Amino acid sequence: MTWLHRYTRLLVVATLILITAGGMVTSTNSGLAVPDWPTTWGQNMFTFPWSGMVGGIFYEHGHRLIASGVGLLTIGLLIFLWRVEPRRWVRRLGAAALAAVVLQGLLGGITVLYLLPDAVSISHAGLAQLFFCLTVTIALVTSRGWREPAAAPVDDGRLRRRAALLTGLVYVQILVGATMRHTGAGLAIPDFPLAFGGLLPPTWTQDIAVHFLHRVGAVVVTAVAVANAAYIWRRHPGRPELSRPLVVLLLAIVGQVTLGAFVVLTGKQPVVNTLHVALGAAVLVTSLVLTLRAYRVRFGRQPEATRAAPDLGTAAPVRQS
Amino acid sequence: MKARLTVSALALALLAAACGQEAPAPVPENPNARPVDPATAGSITGRITFTGTPPVPETLRMGTDAACVQGAGPNPVSNAVLIGDEGALENVFVHIRDGLDPDYSFEVPAEEVILDQRGCVYTPRVLGIRMGQTLKVLNSDPTMHNVHALPMENLEFNKSTPVQGSSTTAVFTVPEVMVRFMCNVHGWMAAWVGVKEHPYFDVAGPDGTFTLEGVPPGTYTIEAWHEKFGTQTATVTIGEGQAETVSFTFTNQS
Repeated sequence: MTWLHRYTRLLVVATLILITAGGMVTSTNSGLAVPDWPTTWGQNMFTFPWSGMVGGIFYEHGHRLIASGVGLLTIGLLIFLWRVEPRRWVRRLGAAALAAVVLQGLLGGITVLYLLPDAVSISHAGLAQLFFCLTVTIALVTSRGWREPAAAPVDDGRLRRRAALLTGLVYVQILVGATMRHTGAGLAIPDFPLAFGGLLPPTWTQDIAVHFLHRVGAVVVTAVAVANAAYIWRRHPGRPELSRPLVVLLLAIVGQVTLGAFVVLTGKQPVVNTLHVALGAAVLVTSLVLTLRAYRVRFGRQPEATRAAPDLGTAAPVRQS
Repeated sequence: MKARLTVSALALALLAAACGQEAPAPVPENPNARPVDPATAGSITGRITFTGTPPVPETLRMGTDAACVQGAGPNPVSNAVLIGDEGALENVFVHIRDGLDPDYSFEVPAEEVILDQRGCVYTPRVLGIRMGQTLKVLNSDPTMHNVHALPMENLEFNKSTPVQGSSTTAVFTVPEVMVRFMCNVHGWMAAWVGVKEHPYFDVAGPDGTFTLEGVPPGTYTIEAWHEKFGTQTATVTIGEGQAETVSFTFTNQS
């Protein structure tokens, strides 16, 4: 395993921790516990005393500190990629990740200063997931398994479309969930698995519609995931690069639906609520890994990772896929 | 390059639209305004009670801030529902909702209404204030609080009261029943402020009683609001100099 790949894994873990910390901010209603930005209660955020990390400040300021750490790690990633990564498209992914995390910081600040407008808060949540996808993608494509696959990659157009569809559906489901959280619709339907004692709500409001859409989305995602699993096991048995993430994905979806039920049944208990957010992110990136591996054949041979800086144009460029 | 600038400008415009909060339209002045004749004014009094099984008070988990634990004492519980002797229900906001002649004018009091952050709870939990009157929120605790108001009609705000003795003020420009106050540092803190354009409101005390004084003759809809049990209304007709009584009874199913 190269040091670059190790570093990308560290960034992936840090990002998941950040998403979880951000989830706790919303789950505990602490988004405005620090009313200013980029300062913290009028002080430099890096010198704010630990003794002040009380109540909601612990969650909100903690989230900002972790975000700063992730931002620094992302800068480090870009430098690392520029020094050792020969594939221009991977270096560009690193640049995109840095742009995303900077924009994420700005959105976080804006949402505090403007008292958590729904559109900005939902965008902040949505971009967090996209950033997570970028970090996981970079980790995957810098792995030995990607560079030197044990067998010829699967070449199945139908698989690629199915996998991409599922990943897209999961992301849409996450956006609906974020909309539900930030518009206060999390308990718009107070019972589970029924809706006000029936299969459909007896009345419709915007909140009830968003909440119900999230439940319908869960059913759709689960159905597509199960269908994809059946397809993979039937058409591509003995392909661990597909079956392993597939098993993880199915288990994660079962866990996610269970957590979703408990969010409602516990009246949005903050830890349960936040685990639901974090596991949702895990479902997304697991589906993404499956999708990328389904597309691996399109990337062709991958050059060796090198310690030398990439050629800046003084010699004939190396063909990079 | 031009395309990128256009996209950036559009994105900024969308962001501004998403963030912007419109100030409520000011209440226009009435050219026919006249004061209430005290010689003809009466009063409306009453008592609010609760019947049935009261909800179990929620335990406030103040452990996230040692200063709150110290100030509140052991096992603090929510004061959202306070029921006294003979079912007296406290913290019910009572006001004239409809029926008041719009030509009556009332001077806005100069004195401030105080909302105190003390013992890591808001005191009082329910209060009334006049439109245009100054609300002063005071931090009496040795810890940080913020003052986050979530009105539906007035402008939302979030201000810090970072140290003991610090305060912040606010003025509401349109009537609203009720404006919720919270502290995002201490999520259990809550207060409710009723903003009225006239002085005929009161908050039921520990004995459940309320008084609306100086009410001009007329027929009115009186509304009683409780944060957990909802609202109830009653129609009261008051003659010149008369005193009328109205009562409300809330249950857990209200």
